[in-house]
Amino acid sequence: MRRLGPLAFERRLTPSRPAVLGVSLLAILAALGTMSIIFAAYGVPPLRAYAVIIKGTLGTRFGLMEVLRRTIPLLLCGVGLVLAFRSKFWNIGAEGQLLAGAVAAAGVALFTDLPPPLLLPAMFGAGFLAGAIWGMVPALLKVRLGVNDVISTLMLNYVMIYIVEWLIHGPWKGPTMRGFAYTDTFPRAAWLPLIPRSMVHWPTLAVGVGAAILVALLLSRTRLGYELRVSGESPDAAHYAGISFLKVSLVVMFLSGGLAGLAGVGEVAGIHHKLLPPIQISLGYGYTAIIVAWLARGSPLAAVVTALLFGFIFAAGDEMKVTLQMPFQVVGVFSGLILFFLIGVELLMYWRVRFLPKGEGWTGKAGS
Amino acid sequence: MAGGHKQPPQDHPKLLMQDIVKTFPGVRANDHVTFEVRAGEVHALLGENGAGKTTLMNTLYGLYQPDSGAIYLGGKRVRIRSPRDAIAHGIGMVHQHFKLVYPHTVAENVALGLSGAPFIGPARVVERRLRELAARYNLPVDPKAKVWQLSAGEQQRVEILKALYRGADILILDEPTSVLTPQETQELFKVLERMKEEGHAVIFISHKLDEVMEVADRVTVMRRGKVVGTKAISEVDKPTLARMMVGREVVFRLSKGVCQPGEEALIVEDLHASSDRGLPALRGVSFHVCRGEILGIAGVAGNGQRELVEVLTGLRRPRRGRVVILGRELTGQSPRKIADCGVAHIPEERIRMGIVAGMSVEDNLILKKHHRQPFSRGPLLNLREIRRFAKQSIEEYEIMTPSPKTPAKLLSGGNIQKLILARELSGQPGLVIAAHPTYGLDVGATELIRKLLLRQREAGVGVLLVSEDLEEIMALSDRIAVMFRGEIMGIVPAAEASLEELGLMMAGERRAKEAA
Repeated sequence: MRRLGPLAFERRLTPSRPAVLGVSLLAILAALGTMSIIFAAYGVPPLRAYAVIIKGTLGTRFGLMEVLRRTIPLLLCGVGLVLAFRSKFWNIGAEGQLLAGAVAAAGVALFTDLPPPLLLPAMFGAGFLAGAIWGMVPALLKVRLGVNDVISTLMLNYVMIYIVEWLIHGPWKGPTMRGFAYTDTFPRAAWLPLIPRSMVHWPTLAVGVGAAILVALLLSRTRLGYELRVSGESPDAAHYAGISFLKVSLVVMFLSGGLAGLAGVGEVAGIHHKLLPPIQISLGYGYTAIIVAWLARGSPLAAVVTALLFGFIFAAGDEMKVTLQMPFQVVGVFSGLILFFLIGVELLMYWRVRFLPKGEGWTGKAGS
Repeated sequence: MAGGHKQPPQDHPKLLMQDIVKTFPGVRANDHVTFEVRAGEVHALLGENGAGKTTLMNTLYGLYQPDSGAIYLGGKRVRIRSPRDAIAHGIGMVHQHFKLVYPHTVAENVALGLSGAPFIGPARVVERRLRELAARYNLPVDPKAKVWQLSAGEQQRVEILKALYRGADILILDEPTSVLTPQETQELFKVLERMKEEGHAVIFISHKLDEVMEVADRVTVMRRGKVVGTKAISEVDKPTLARMMVGREVVFRLSKGVCQPGEEALIVEDLHASSDRGLPALRGVSFHVCRGEILGIAGVAGNGQRELVEVLTGLRRPRRGRVVILGRELTGQSPRKIADCGVAHIPEERIRMGIVAGMSVEDNLILKKHHRQPFSRGPLLNLREIRRFAKQSIEEYEIMTPSPKTPAKLLSGGNIQKLILARELSGQPGLVIAAHPTYGLDVGATELIRKLLLRQREAGVGVLLVSEDLEEIMALSDRIAVMFRGEIMGIVPAAEASLEELGLMMAGERRAKEAA
């Protein structure tokens, strides 16, 4: 116990649910508060800025649809990352895995002659596999050679970015694109259906929600989920219990990378209908999904909520750009602030603050 | 308590800790503790683990600040904010786990952090006085030796010299004998006598009754954060102290049936293995354990016991040799394969390895068996069966837990160990490998765990018991093997074993006549 005047701080071993929720909200509020300073520095009164943002996103059908559209890739990547983080595999490579999925989907759409009803399922399958393989590479490197997972997953993002760049400037460059670095447009059968008057490719959204539920079940109800939880909580106990670290790592990264790959399929098949420069395919969804997963604190179902929150922030970024003439990069600043405060307040969850009744424990100068 | 401390008594003892209260989350570790030490005495502080002894001493040494209460030295109230303060007040502490810099020499360790030591070549200045002190207290150590080369007993001497060099008048020793051979313990006691003669005070923290009876002048017994009483050693005997410590009668003798060894449960032949640092840790170990027999492995920590257990359970690969368990050749097999063959493993590091601290009691009870019937059906977990098994185990082994869903880390040490035993002894193992199964547990839990191991023996299970506690080894084993530097110095039938002989073997003396 430590004291500060009449306040006593007591350590606790496991944070209670309200504490986790309260502290997370506190972090978001602190980030919003800090954002006000940035708005003010831009010459926009913060309250007006928040009013514009909320009206532009949650206040109109178009705005709501934009939130959903941004939520889709964040949800798929986020659920995959929750899984990876639960087993303490620090997958920072969802961005690359997403792009791998996009590349595979584009390859299937452009260069195969599958009958139309099979085309989209094949694209999803290929995209999942591509992301999964891209994710398993660092898993193998970690288990077999002890390569740090943070570094390898992060670096593979750049490798995949340049593969995409090479494809669209080189072998896959579309003859019909008049010199632009795009592939040709996919055939109509490779376009995902949208919710009318929006950009929401609902099949991918359904896959995302389904994935969240399946991963939740995987973790709580299956043997594999059990082994994964044990590995994440205590590698020594896992070793003692004869759980194969190689198997768990490979499976985790297969699923985590695969889900990010699906997000990539959704973006190219639902919105762009072609392969294009990486920064246009993904606005850093793979990176933002790290925050989505962190905020979800190991729960795949909570990732649905946190993905929506960040979907809102992305949509807000569009609104700020259009209405307030602020650069879209503000989104990155805002996400960064949230992560910063989230990690900053982490400590608070482990301390209980309580008021001391007058007199109790006030040693002060008594007795001397 | 707010205000109004009583004035210290008139005769001014060397140390008086009055009404000390120290609270941790959920525990009152020291509950109005008053503790007094006089000059020229060895004062034992006795109590079970978790009784609050170490907390009290850490408070005295400035590592903790008490919530309330006062400390008087020679009748003068002092405030000890840090170990530096404590040293300045003439208080020295030798922790249970030594705080030495291993690659450095003895003199360098003593010079470390010494106020007034010169910036360049501090060790040289220290050396001369160090030799004087070593001679005066009969603590022979070479000041130029590197600490990592020293035995545990020698390292302890360095710690004591460090404290004496800093002018310690009150020396706190926290469980000082846990790393010593019986002979080294005797040498330590002689040093303590010498310190008494010089008028110093020694506080001797222990939970071993024999030692307290032997070395202490007075004893203060603590239980659950409170002082039960302070007595002159001449007024008490072992059973009295045990009763004060535990709060009830304690049976010292375990009833043990006659050993009826069956076929071999474990055969080890010429086993060689390396330590984590790549040095030879096992150098040609051979022995066997029969069904219905307990083989105790004694030895000072770090002589290859850990590596032996790891090799036998599949956690470490042997370099050479053969392991046959329950009639099956299992040399170098995976931990899962070995466990599935009927080997129970009660690991040394129960919190790091034996449980998954963040997971529930229920989940922890199926670890290692989660992949088999009835806990798994295909890829799915059988949650109903898991819950049923948890309920049954909690009842049968009296695991004190608020619920099966409680994270295992919230359980006390004894209950964590009960959880591990419940898990490991379920499903009828043929061989039990228990490493330090009662280390750090209170008397009640210790008694229960020893009984459970004996019950396994009666049921015809082979038990390999690795322990540093000689008393435990002697009480439970049918035969005793002593390890020293990766080799077995000899195997003695427990009935013929004497403390002296075991002690000599623990110090590296090979047994003349090999027993069967």
